[in-house]
Amino acid sequence: MRAFNIPPTDTEAALKRAARERILILDGAMGTQIQSLGLDEDAFLGHGGHSCAYHSDHPQKGNNDLLILTQPDEIERIHYDFAMAGADIVETNTFSSTTIAQADYAMEEAVHDLNAQGARIARRAMDRATAEDGKPRWVAGAVGPTNRTASISPDVNDPGYRAVTFDDLRRAYGQQIRGLIAGGADLILIETIFDTLNAKAAIFACFEAFAEHGKRLPVMISGTITDASGRTLSGQTPTAFWHSVRHARPFTVGLNCALGANAMRPHLKELSDVADALICAYPNAGLPNAFGEYDEGPDDTAPQVEQFAREGLVNVVGGCCGTTPDHIRAIAEAVAKYEPRKLPSYTDA
Amino acid sequence: MPEPLLRLSGLEPFVLTKDIPFVNVGERTNVTGSAKFRKLITNRDYATALDVARDQVENGAQIIDVNMDEGLIDSKQAMIEFLNLIAAEPDIARVPIMIDSSKWEVIEAGLQCVQGKPVVNSISLKEGEEAFIEQASLCLAYGAAVVVMAFDEDGQADTFARKTEICARAYKVLTETVGFPPEDIIFDPNIFAVATGIEEHDNYGVDFIEAARWIRQNLPHCHVSGGVSNLSFSFRGNEPVREAMHAVFLYHAIHAGMDMGIVNAGQLAVYDQIDPDLREACEDVVLNRTPANGGSPTENLLDLAERFKGAGREEKKRDLKWREWPVEKRLEHALVNGITEFVDEDTEAARLAADKPLDVIEGPLMAGMNVVGDLFGAGKMFLPQVVKSARVMKQAVAVLLPYMEAEKEGGRDTAGTILMATVKGDVHDIGKNIVGVVLACNNYEIIDLGVMVPPQKILEVARERKVDIIGLSGLITPSLDEMVHLASELEREGFDLPLLIGGATTSKVHTAVKISPRYARSQAIYVTDASRAVGVVSSLLSKTQKQPYIDDIRSEYAEVAERHERSERAKERLPLAKARANAKKIDWTDYKVETPSFFGPKVIENWDLAEIARYIDWTPFFRTWELKGVYPRILEDEKYGEAARGLFADAQAMLQRIIGEDWFAPRAVVGFWPANAVGDDIRLFQDEGRKDPLATLHTLRQQHSKRKDSPNVALSDFVAPEGTPDYVGGFVVTAGPEEIEIAERFEQVGDDYGSIMVKALADRYAEAMAEMLHERVRKDHWGYGRDEGFAPEELIAEPYRGIRPAPGYPAQPDHTEKRTLFALLDAEATTGVTLTESMAMWPGSSVSGLYIGHPEAYYFGVSNIERDQAADYAERKGMTLEDVERWLAPILNYNPNEASSIAAE
Repeated sequence: MRAFNIPPTDTEAALKRAARERILILDGAMGTQIQSLGLDEDAFLGHGGHSCAYHSDHPQKGNNDLLILTQPDEIERIHYDFAMAGADIVETNTFSSTTIAQADYAMEEAVHDLNAQGARIARRAMDRATAEDGKPRWVAGAVGPTNRTASISPDVNDPGYRAVTFDDLRRAYGQQIRGLIAGGADLILIETIFDTLNAKAAIFACFEAFAEHGKRLPVMISGTITDASGRTLSGQTPTAFWHSVRHARPFTVGLNCALGANAMRPHLKELSDVADALICAYPNAGLPNAFGEYDEGPDDTAPQVEQFAREGLVNVVGGCCGTTPDHIRAIAEAVAKYEPRKLPSYTDA
Repeated sequence: MPEPLLRLSGLEPFVLTKDIPFVNVGERTNVTGSAKFRKLITNRDYATALDVARDQVENGAQIIDVNMDEGLIDSKQAMIEFLNLIAAEPDIARVPIMIDSSKWEVIEAGLQCVQGKPVVNSISLKEGEEAFIEQASLCLAYGAAVVVMAFDEDGQADTFARKTEICARAYKVLTETVGFPPEDIIFDPNIFAVATGIEEHDNYGVDFIEAARWIRQNLPHCHVSGGVSNLSFSFRGNEPVREAMHAVFLYHAIHAGMDMGIVNAGQLAVYDQIDPDLREACEDVVLNRTPANGGSPTENLLDLAERFKGAGREEKKRDLKWREWPVEKRLEHALVNGITEFVDEDTEAARLAADKPLDVIEGPLMAGMNVVGDLFGAGKMFLPQVVKSARVMKQAVAVLLPYMEAEKEGGRDTAGTILMATVKGDVHDIGKNIVGVVLACNNYEIIDLGVMVPPQKILEVARERKVDIIGLSGLITPSLDEMVHLASELEREGFDLPLLIGGATTSKVHTAVKISPRYARSQAIYVTDASRAVGVVSSLLSKTQKQPYIDDIRSEYAEVAERHERSERAKERLPLAKARANAKKIDWTDYKVETPSFFGPKVIENWDLAEIARYIDWTPFFRTWELKGVYPRILEDEKYGEAARGLFADAQAMLQRIIGEDWFAPRAVVGFWPANAVGDDIRLFQDEGRKDPLATLHTLRQQHSKRKDSPNVALSDFVAPEGTPDYVGGFVVTAGPEEIEIAERFEQVGDDYGSIMVKALADRYAEAMAEMLHERVRKDHWGYGRDEGFAPEELIAEPYRGIRPAPGYPAQPDHTEKRTLFALLDAEATTGVTLTESMAMWPGSSVSGLYIGHPEAYYFGVSNIERDQAADYAERKGMTLEDVERWLAPILNYNPNEASSIAAE
């Protein structure tokens, strides 16, 4: 397998050009928007409209990714709203579209369509937005962590046990990434990484899929620092995490989820100091309250993200859990006047 | 563009910067390099194998090499299991892994298990370019750096020309065809043995060094590594010469650009400290030069080699500049550096300058001790140094005492009074004494009741002397119960003093689960080691901190106890019958073992103290002093090295006196008997007729459910069943009771350091005797290992056949088995060693055990057992169940006071 003799797509050059000029904007939380629609089981199954071609005995309410097939217009509208709020890059609604994650809903069969359709819908929304204002926009194929960890045992009495292997993940991610490419995704975004070994399997799967495709898509990699310890769930520091994924030669590396912007800042700073890739950050709208809701409004989140820009830490910013098109609009406005971060020259060299 | 550097990671990052001249790769978790590790992996003892890995990381390995290439095990499976287990140990997983195998499938399996950025060791052009490109591309896709051996289709490169040609070719393929980052390439241009007598080998050292230089100059950003021990292969057995050769070689190779290597750092001489003659001879060999006075470099080194065999390290020159400082600074210097030589005159000078003698103590001496305390707290001084400081302090106080009595200046204010005791039935007190000294250094008054102290005495003294805290120590498992008992007594008698628990078998879990609940009026607190004692005691004696501190401990222990109960409930134990069905099955059909040269007990006399000393395993000695690390590497350890070297020099000095002045009178008895396994027991017979049973050794069987094919072992599994002649031996050795008297003499002159030192050395003597006697048994008395040829230091890893399990230790946790052993050997009469009511051996520096000779015998832990086995064992042993449950209390997997759950259902 030859990973780096494959030519890049044209997108990469265009993205890099844009990123040199300004801080790029990523979209906000798809889940929060879906939640606000208040869909019931029938709506998830698409009864009365785009009913689901795949059948499962499991209830599907909560299987947000399935809405790509059953409520495509709603998903496309959400993408469009984020685009018009200022997002240059939107993420497909495919966070859980792997056989491993869909197993919870017995929807493994739908995986290819979810990814391919997910990319097409996002592309359509972007094209509509671009037709209105002439700004170029990109679709990032979202690859989530799955609900299993390759380097942590779920059984406290058997620390050597693994519920999923590298190979299981590589295969599942491979299928997802091929679907995203088929649907026309411009980038691959491996996100919410709490176990770096899962991410390494996704990177490996990218290499395989790119080799088949004959073109190398730009890759964005985003880890999650779960708490004040400043480590990923699997125990790595931000710098160790960067060393583990640097071989992907990503377009961006960064952090998302788990923390609000202020709590994320020191870890983002560490990554920004060491990584010779562009930096991307999309924090939550603060921490969830007792009801699992996010209280920060656009005017709370935007100034915190602006601080990232003011300190020269970021090249791409957006929002994760709890962030709406209004948050993205406020963030886009807040960072517009700042120069994007420059790549570091290593201090330890 | 910034310069590309090798960037690896475990849980934490590692960057090979210019400030790191040489990366030392830990090599103890390599089955091809370590007999001990191989044994652990073959026996699937992963818990201990993890300790080996942890030890390496603690000792400063920046990367650990993991190699499972052993014919008898499934290397791929072992690699996966071990790396998965490492991933669950944050203190090991923090460093990057070097995945080491000659089989690509093992490497690839390893690459799929690590979340950090590892190093693959190794790939090469051996199988041609296509396979090389494939493997390198995969390494890149998995995100690993690689070691590339200078090896191609024609074989391993030995000359400068071949080494550089292959490395240049590999570099070109990697960087141009594969797209491999050059900073992630590490070349291994092969270190071969020199001075072998074969002329073609003479230039191997130069070839490597020059190749390293060429590679670093011509192949940008890459690195050079190698396994150094090969170099001196022809000087096996002559460690000083080998160490000197390695040091000289590394000196030149590192200058030339070698920046990584698999080296036993502890076994490395310091280049500047090598004897100049030896250094020059090594340099001639390594650099292939003609010696100054002609001849061949190999011949020359061979001639010299004899002279350096067994040579020691040289002492540092003394620097006396500090003698010109003011007296307060001189006292501080003496305290910090543990120098007693001038303390009398300096104290006298300080006394003459002070208003009253007490001012000297409360002024310069306490100020100096505060410096010591601060340095200790900051991890800049270590235990042996602090104990030496205490000796200086005591000596200074002794100078002042007569004047203070004359002036009737009674006592001074202490920070608090602490009663310390080793519990009833236990004789071990080194750890307790160390804690006492450290606390005394911090101005606490210590009342030390010594060893084997009955609970009533502790309560009495605590009440009379109005102590503030009680500290208990114990080493053997029955002492745990004594501590529980004492806690109940304190509660019953209405005490409310904090109770500190320490010693080898104690633990936080035991304290939380068994001791703490018995003492609700105050709190039992587990203290890991002496360095923690001061912090714990000062919190407990602080008016403001005491309650919050106790509350914290209490909630922590409640959690520990709850977690323990949960995990215990989850631990599935097999019924005894099932465990027996899964016994270790040895094929005895063709088993023949040598007949021992005598039956019954025999006293071994004429021990040579100097010879025993050669068998000392120093690593536990350093551990006694809380210097954690493996000897001899600990002497060069960045953190502990200085303290360890000082301690070691003092130990060597005392060792010379022990030997020269015959301090110890070692005694030993050993015996052999015809033996056969009968169920879980071992029956011993009078003679080869095997008709008249002499005694029965009872053994216990593991009952935890095992993964896959590993057996539930009992010691009896390693002894042949009836029908096949087999034998079992037993022994008791002791360094003798003399240590006790000698230690007391040191104490009387205020030299706690000397007192603890002599006890620690007596302990080492007993262990060394056991090792030495075991060797004699294998080679001579029993004789099944006549052909083995291990050097004493190699015995530490137990590479030999057969085991010597001791009653009361994990393979047979029942201390009462010592009664049988002692009776068989008539040990009390022949060695003077006696058993206390808790079955501790007195004097403490004694070792006993059985000898089992089967090649497949190994050490294991019985771990917890169920009620069915306790009942069966009681029946076999003719003891009551209550008795058995009392002795085996620490390993019962059930609460004997609760009715059997099975019976209740």
